[in-house]
Amino acid sequence: MAKHATPLLDQLESGPWPSFVSDMKQEAEARAKNENNVEYQIPQDACEDLLGVLELSFKDGTTHWKHGGIVGVFGYGGGVIGRYCDQPENFPGVAHFHTMRVSQPAGKFYTTKYLKEICDLWERRGSGLTNMHGSTGDIIFLGTTTPQLEEIFYELTHNLNQDLGGSGSNLRTPSDCIGQARCEYACFDTQDLCHNLTNEYQDELHRPAFPYKFKFKFDGCPNCCVASIARSDLSFIGTWKDDIRIDQDAVAGYVSGEFKPNAGAHAGRDWGPFDIQKEVIDLCPTGCMKYEDGKLLINNKECTRCMHCINVMPRALRPGLERGCSMLAGAKAPILDGAQMGSLLVPFIEVNKDNDYQEIKDVIEKIWDWWMEEGKNRERLGELMKRQGFQKLLEVTEIKPVPQHVQEPRSNPYIFWKEDEVEGGWDRDINEFRKHHQR
Amino acid sequence: MELEEAKEKIVEALTKKAKSKSKFYFNDLSKILDLKPRAAKKLITRLIETEVLEYWSSGSTTMYGLKGMGKQAAAEHED
Ligand code: HEM
Ligand code: HEM
Ligand code: SF4
Ligand code: SF4
Repeated sequence: MAKHATPLLDQLESGPWPSFVSDMKQEAEARAKNENNVEYQIPQDACEDLLGVLELSFKDGTTHWKHGGIVGVFGYGGGVIGRYCDQPENFPGVAHFHTMRVSQPAGKFYTTKYLKEICDLWERRGSGLTNMHGSTGDIIFLGTTTPQLEEIFYELTHNLNQDLGGSGSNLRTPSDCIGQARCEYACFDTQDLCHNLTNEYQDELHRPAFPYKFKFKFDGCPNCCVASIARSDLSFIGTWKDDIRIDQDAVAGYVSGEFKPNAGAHAGRDWGPFDIQKEVIDLCPTGCMKYEDGKLLINNKECTRCMHCINVMPRALRPGLERGCSMLAGAKAPILDGAQMGSLLVPFIEVNKDNDYQEIKDVIEKIWDWWMEEGKNRERLGELMKRQGFQKLLEVTEIKPVPQHVQEPRSNPYIFWKEDEVEGGWDRDINEFRKHHQR
Repeated sequence: MELEEAKEKIVEALTKKAKSKSKFYFNDLSKILDLKPRAAKKLITRLIETEVLEYWSSGSTTMYGLKGMGKQAAAEHED
């Protein structure tokens, strides 16, 4: 028998989708039964009270969580988000209900043993409720009390070889696509770069000193499975410089129907026979492809590496071999002046393990130096870029303007020469000029 | 700058403002120290470690306060 009646929440379970309400009820029941004899370190009925306070919020049309707090583990400025209930008498089980962010492994590769261990830890010292994973990528532990924080941190770091993730004004837990571990499109080893930068920037991750949050995300190719272009202040997207590799026999195989387009995806209905003109050539956003006399031709100079043709015919087309990544800066969600996608800052950079990714780190650190000094409180990189201009970002990163920095004429800011960049400066000999030009 | 000097400057400035404000942005602290962010961070981290300062976090933003001074109510703009 549930501790609190929850008619409004119950209604959420009636829809066609799996419901978080059912999940919470399931955990509440399991805790009440305690078949495994867990020694609960926070109230056994935490999930019951969580359901109760959420029902009350729906009824009142307002939240009953207070905002933020002084919780954390010693020396860390992130990883724990304090949440206190403003109805602690009615819902003592969630009087404290802090969130912990646990740094997920690169590519989210787990062993089942590890998953069981973190779940057991959280069952005992927390609510048992998790969110796999939060939008930044972390494993989210939902709800524990202040005295448990150091205990959990100790067990994570000493027994499970596991660190907390980022929150607040610091580097957030970097996250990446599965990359070369399983995906043939990956143009660089996303997991290695993600892991390397996570270790390199531990101080930035745990000791916040930025104006606001900062996110790195890594996509092995422009398919952008972790949506780095939209969700990270600095996004790394795999790309190539040379030509798309074409296997003409395999192209013929697609045209004849021997191979299923899109690797057999979208097979839920009959789309009719594959039409290379309609489904590939005409959809190339730059119009740089031709199919003539049974041969596929690509004008690679015009190709923007959108991945469309490769996704449709993966047997026939493959990314080139001279690979690296592009770096885009300034994406953010819409808190101030609307959402923003990343702007191309570095069109191509080698992703070089052998020198510990030094070129990439140089760019990152120049960006941080600028933003830490010039950024206003709670100003994201993308907002600073708007306020001081893209040209300023090029200047501080010592990157030369190239045509790829211009989205299209007149839609993003002109990049101006400065006097010291022009031979002879702005001065001219007016008398010499007047010899040839009338007033 | 030595740690002692940084501590004096920070404690003095934050105590002075304690009536109206208990939480400060990192930038406020680096201005008090009159140092570039990276240099300021080294000292401020030491002040956290020696429990002169403590972090406060809303989840999205981190602020700093003198240890024990940050009241929860401040987050609701009641004082
Ligand atoms: C070597 C010779 C020239 C060069 C390198 C040159 C270069 C340019 C450039 C870079 C632009 C800006 C394009 C844009 O961003 O949209 C422009 C615009 C323009 N040019 Fe030229 N131009 C040249 C000669 C001329 C001549 C001879 C004329 C007319 C007699 C002319 C008329 C214009 C006009 C009307 C615009 C549009 C201005 C605007 O809409 O903002 N240009 N030119
Ligand atoms: C029937 C004749 C014409 C038509 C229908 C016409 C139409 C247009 C249109 C639709 C635009 C684009 C405006 C925009 O994108 O904002 C334009 C721009 C322009 N036209 Fe014409 N035009 C005509 C004749 C001319 C002539 C004879 C000249 C020059 C001798 C001229 C010079 C320009 C220039 C310089 C621009 C660029 C203005 C700017 O974007 O700053 N046009 N015209
Ligand atoms: S972003 Fe590209 S490389 Fe990474 S998993 Fe997706 S398709 Fe593969
Ligand atoms: S990757 Fe995109 S832009 Fe390039 S050829 Fe294929 S469809 Fe065209």
